[in-house]
Amino acid sequence: MINIFEVNETNKMVEQMNLDVRTITMGISLLDCIDSDLDALNEKIYKKITTLAKDLVSTGNQIEREIGIPIVNKRISVTPIGLVGGAACKTKEDFVTIAKTLDKVAKEVGVNFIGGYSALVSKGMTPAEELLIRSIPEALACTERVCSSVNVGSTKTGLNMDAIKLMGEVVVEAAEYTKENDSLGCAKLVIFCNAPDDNPFMAGAFHGVTEADAIINVGVSGPGVVKKALEKVRGENFEVLCETIKKTAFKVTRVGQLVAQEASKRLGVPFGIIDLSLAPTPAVGDSVAEILEEIGLESVGAPGTTAALALLNDQVKKGGVMASSYVGGLSGAFIPVSEDQGMIDAVVNGALTLEKLEAMTCVCSVGLDMIAIPGDTPATTISGIIADEAAIGMINQKTTAVRIIPVIGKGVGETVEFGGLLGYAPVMPVNKFSCEAFVNRGGRIPAPIHSFKN
Amino acid sequence: MKKTVITVVGKDTVGIIAKVCTYLADNNVNILDISQTIVQDYFNMMMIVDANNSAKEFSQLADELEDLGKSIGVQIKMQSEDIFNIMHRI
Repeated sequence: MINIFEVNETNKMVEQMNLDVRTITMGISLLDCIDSDLDALNEKIYKKITTLAKDLVSTGNQIEREIGIPIVNKRISVTPIGLVGGAACKTKEDFVTIAKTLDKVAKEVGVNFIGGYSALVSKGMTPAEELLIRSIPEALACTERVCSSVNVGSTKTGLNMDAIKLMGEVVVEAAEYTKENDSLGCAKLVIFCNAPDDNPFMAGAFHGVTEADAIINVGVSGPGVVKKALEKVRGENFEVLCETIKKTAFKVTRVGQLVAQEASKRLGVPFGIIDLSLAPTPAVGDSVAEILEEIGLESVGAPGTTAALALLNDQVKKGGVMASSYVGGLSGAFIPVSEDQGMIDAVVNGALTLEKLEAMTCVCSVGLDMIAIPGDTPATTISGIIADEAAIGMINQKTTAVRIIPVIGKGVGETVEFGGLLGYAPVMPVNKFSCEAFVNRGGRIPAPIHSFKN
Repeated sequence: MKKTVITVVGKDTVGIIAKVCTYLADNNVNILDISQTIVQDYFNMMMIVDANNSAKEFSQLADELEDLGKSIGVQIKMQSEDIFNIMHRI
């Protein structure tokens, strides 16, 4: 039987170390809603989501109460709208009506984000997908809870440079559309390479076409728990360090597994995956950067950061994989700047640059995340940043992403406030040299040689 | 049988166990196991109980215990045993 020390350990993790389940995300397929009539399509989408997800929030709250672990977010991901709306949408405005429907549904069922205003264009764009992409700035500006993502490349297909060029322009436009709110629209837009079909984390969640009709995916968290565990092994060697991270990750992930099983059972929706990512929040003591500093760095960004992060990411996976029956999604350590107090401090102190962040993304998920850059950054430069990040994903057969915010009207050294879980960020400098001629070439970067395994 | 864990943490005072046990008895909750320690005047108790026969819902019991805790100046938590089993047992 369970003893008092074990009970206290678990409760301390929750009360003092910010252990929580970051999200229960219900993936819902909208493929059966497809209709050539726009009104009918919107109606079907509304009905399907409100029917399947009506109890999502109350069930989440019930589980939270019974097992005593906060479940911070309840969310929904849907089939990429670029596919669903293809038959009905003839203009950008047509697509925006779907975004508005999704926003309305999200508010009605009480989820704080709904993801899937997306297009998968890793090799080419259909006219409908291009329309959807061009409608993103308006869709994000006139909705509150809709999240958008675009997959612009993969290891199997190479990089769609036309889409990458377009996305640079879309990011700038999304920033313009929401300039009154510190360009918040860009915080809800992720550009992927090798996007996973079952990611529960926003803003990049969508319900892939390989998935079942509905599915429950759970994202765990717990940087604070790892940090506290590592405080107890200060000065010990790497073997002890790695064992400690693994054991902690195991315990954290088990909680996610329990929540996922319970949610699946109570909602009558199959369990998909647990996403093992260490997801920080702006709260003190809930930071991935602080773990890296506990491992032995004066500040994140110092030499050794990439190695420390590689170690952390790998041990989290090793511990987490055994704790769950199915692991998927992004599964790694997130290093968003604005959502992590330690990262913010490192940028302010000059310890962390965009280039170092790019290096860090080679060894962890997910990419350049929640980074504020000057509002006058040219679209082609943003496309260049996206291309660099996508190339890292393509060559290393991993997911990479870019969620970057050119803050209109602000420059290096100023601060942007996004609020809530999105946090705040100092505007970071970007390399001033141009990549315009490179981005404007047009076409695709071919798939790398190691994709030809057949 | 689904078991429930109740933890009581706070400054030690007279009658904590009595008050908690009275509440549980009044609500038909059976106590299966109790362990308790006092570290530096801090009272720390864990009970494993069977709440399946109570007329009240889990969330109502949990809320009322929390309020009872507040009235005696301690923190009372009621949780399903599952969370501890899954975290500490393979």
